[in-house]
Amino acid sequence: MQPVVEIRNLAKSYRRGGQIVPVLTDITLDIQRGEFTALMGPSGSGKSTLLNLIAGIDKPDSGHLRVGGLDITALGEGELADWRSRNVGFIFQFYNLMPVLSAFENIELPLTLTRLSRAERRERVELTLSLVGLSDRKDHYPSELSGGQQQRVAIARAVIADPVLIVADEPTGDLDRQSAADILAMLQRLNAELSTTIIMVTHDAHAARTARRLIYLDKGELMLEPPTI
Amino acid sequence: MMGVPLNYIARNLWSRRLTTLLTAGGLALVVFVFATVLMMDEGLKRTLVTTGELDNAVIIRKGAETEIQSGIARDQAGIIEMHPAVAIGAQGRRMVSKETVVLISLLRQGDNKPSNVVIRGTSDMGFLLRPQVRIKAGRLFHPGTSEVIVGSSIAARFNDTGIGQRLRFAQREWTVVGVFDAGGSGFDSEVWGDADQLMQAFRRNAYSAMVVRLADSSRFEAFRADVGEDPRLAQEMKPEQTFYSDQSKALSTFINVLGLTLSVIFSIGAMIGAMITMYASVASRVGEIGTLRALGFRRGAVLWAFLAEALLLGIVGGVAGLALAALMQLASFSTINFQTFADLSFRFILTPGIVVRTLLFAVIMGFVGGFLPAFRAARLNIVDALRAV
Ligand SMILES: Nc1ncnc2c1ncn2[C@@H]1O[C@H](COP(=O)(O)OP(=O)(O)O)[C@@H](O)[C@H]1O
Ligand SMILES: [Mg+2]
Repeated sequence: MQPVVEIRNLAKSYRRGGQIVPVLTDITLDIQRGEFTALMGPSGSGKSTLLNLIAGIDKPDSGHLRVGGLDITALGEGELADWRSRNVGFIFQFYNLMPVLSAFENIELPLTLTRLSRAERRERVELTLSLVGLSDRKDHYPSELSGGQQQRVAIARAVIADPVLIVADEPTGDLDRQSAADILAMLQRLNAELSTTIIMVTHDAHAARTARRLIYLDKGELMLEPPTI
Repeated sequence: MMGVPLNYIARNLWSRRLTTLLTAGGLALVVFVFATVLMMDEGLKRTLVTTGELDNAVIIRKGAETEIQSGIARDQAGIIEMHPAVAIGAQGRRMVSKETVVLISLLRQGDNKPSNVVIRGTSDMGFLLRPQVRIKAGRLFHPGTSEVIVGSSIAARFNDTGIGQRLRFAQREWTVVGVFDAGGSGFDSEVWGDADQLMQAFRRNAYSAMVVRLADSSRFEAFRADVGEDPRLAQEMKPEQTFYSDQSKALSTFINVLGLTLSVIFSIGAMIGAMITMYASVASRVGEIGTLRALGFRRGAVLWAFLAEALLLGIVGGVAGLALAALMQLASFSTINFQTFADLSFRFILTPGIVVRTLLFAVIMGFVGGFLPAFRAARLNIVDALRAV
C-alpha cells in the first residue's frame, strides 16, 4: 500500500541575516496509513520544520514530498490552503483556539470551509464533542477552560473534518502530568479506533512511548537510534 | 471562496469594546458633520423651494437678484398687470400682487441682539397667490392701517411679536394682529403688512417686485419675452420656485464647500484612527491569523475578515453619527441668507438619499482605514505567524 507520507531527500534551510542556515539536510522517510509516529530530537533539531513541511504550511528547498499520493510542493498557495482544510488536522502546543469563539464554534471552524449544511455541521460537532468528553462545556470560551480541556477542544477541531493526517507539535508541552496523560490517551484511542494517522513532535520520552513508532532527528538528519547523550 | 465566519469578526470588535467605541466615536463625529451639512443644505433648499408656487412668476428689475435690490415703478407695474397672460380670478380681479420688500431690524429673544428681518408689503392678493400661507392665530391686517402679521418663526424668535404687541420701525408703531404659518417656507421668516402703508412709511414710490399668477403656464416664455423686451419695462421674470431657490445658491455653495472641506479634513483623522486600531488588531492576533491559515483559510479570507472588521467599525460609526444627526431634525435653526441678508429660519432634513450617502461615506472611511492592516494580515507567513503564539 502507498504510504500516506512519502519523503525523499528533502532539504530545507532558512536565511538568517544574509547567512543560509541548513535545518533539514537529507530527509528520506515513509509514514504508513494508520501509523502513530513520534518525532523526537533535541531542541532546534528541525522537528517542527519537518512537521510544517509535511502539513503543507512551509515549502522545502529541494526533494520530493508526497502526502496522500499528492505532490504538495507543486500546489499553489490557494490550492495548498484548500488541501490542508481537507487533509490535515493541526494540534499545537498552546492549543491555538480562537478566544472569541466558544468550544463549539472553535470545533466547527474547519467545517465552515466545507459545503456541509448548518444542521450537518451541528450534528458532527456534537458527536466530536462527546468523543473528547466536552459535551457539557460546548458553550464555554477557551479562557473558561483548563489547559487540558482546551487541548481536547483542539483535538476535536483537528479531527472534525476527517483529515488524512493529524500533526501535533508538542501537544503536551504546556500541560501538567495528568492532563498530558489524558491527551496522549485520547490520541492513542483516535489512532486505535479510527485508524487516524498521527505524527507527533515531542521531546518527552514518556509521551513518545504512546506512539507505535519512534523516529529521531538530530542536526537535521534522521537517526535510527536515539542519540546517546 | 469560503470566508471567516462573521461571528468571529463581530466578536473581535466586541472583545475590544473600548477601542472599538473610541474609534467608532471618531468616525461617528465625522459622519455627524458630514450628514448635518447635507441635511442643512437640504433643509435650506426645501425651505426656499416651497416658498414658490408652481404657477406663479416673480418679476424683478433686470440684474437684481433679490426683491430687496429690485424696484418696479407704478406705471410699469400697471402695464405688466394688464398683460393678457395674467390669470383672472374671482370678480374679474387680475391675479397680481404688487409688493414692497424692505429689511427691518428686530431684537431677538434671549440675547436681545438685532437681526435683519424681511417685511413685505402686500394685499389680500398676496395671500390668494400663496395658498400655503395661513393665518394661525389672530387675523389678517386691515388694509390702510398700521397693522402687521408675523410668520411663525418670527413669532417664536423675536421680541414684541405677540398678538397685540407693538413693533417700532419706519418712525411708526405697528400693531401685531396675527401670526401666519407658511408651511416651513421662507415666508415663515417674514413680517407682512399693507403695501401702501409700508410704502408711505418707508417713503417709497416704487414697488420692489410683482408676483403674478399665469393663466396658463405654457405662456410663461412669451410673457417673459414681453416683460424683458418691452423698452418701457425691461424687467426680469422667473418662475417663483426658481426665483427662491436661486436665492439660496450662494449660501448652499458656501455650506457645501465649508462643510465638505471640514468633513474631508476630519475624515483623514478618523481614518488614521481606524487604521491604527486595525493595525493593533492585526498585531495582537498574529497567532490567530497563522492558525486560521493553517486550518485552510486562504489569504483572501483573512484579508476579507480584517477588511470586514474595519467596514463594520465604519458602519457602527456611521449609524451612531447618523442617529446623532437625525436628532438635529427636531430643532429649528436660523441663518443669514447671503443674498438677501435677512434672517432665514429652516430645519435640518434627513432624506433617504442623505442616509445612503452618509453610510457610504462611513463605509469608505472604514475601507480606507482597514485596507493596509488587512493586507498586512493576509501577507503574513504562516510559520512565522504561528511562532508568535
Ligand atoms: N522561520 C525561521 N527563520 C529562521 N530560522 C528558523 C525558522 N524556523 C526555524 N528556524 C531555525 O531552524 C532550526 C530548527 O527549528 P525547529 O524546526 O523549530 O526546531 P525544533 O522544533 O526541533 O525545536 C532552529 O535552529 C531554528 O532557529
Ligand atoms: Mg519545535
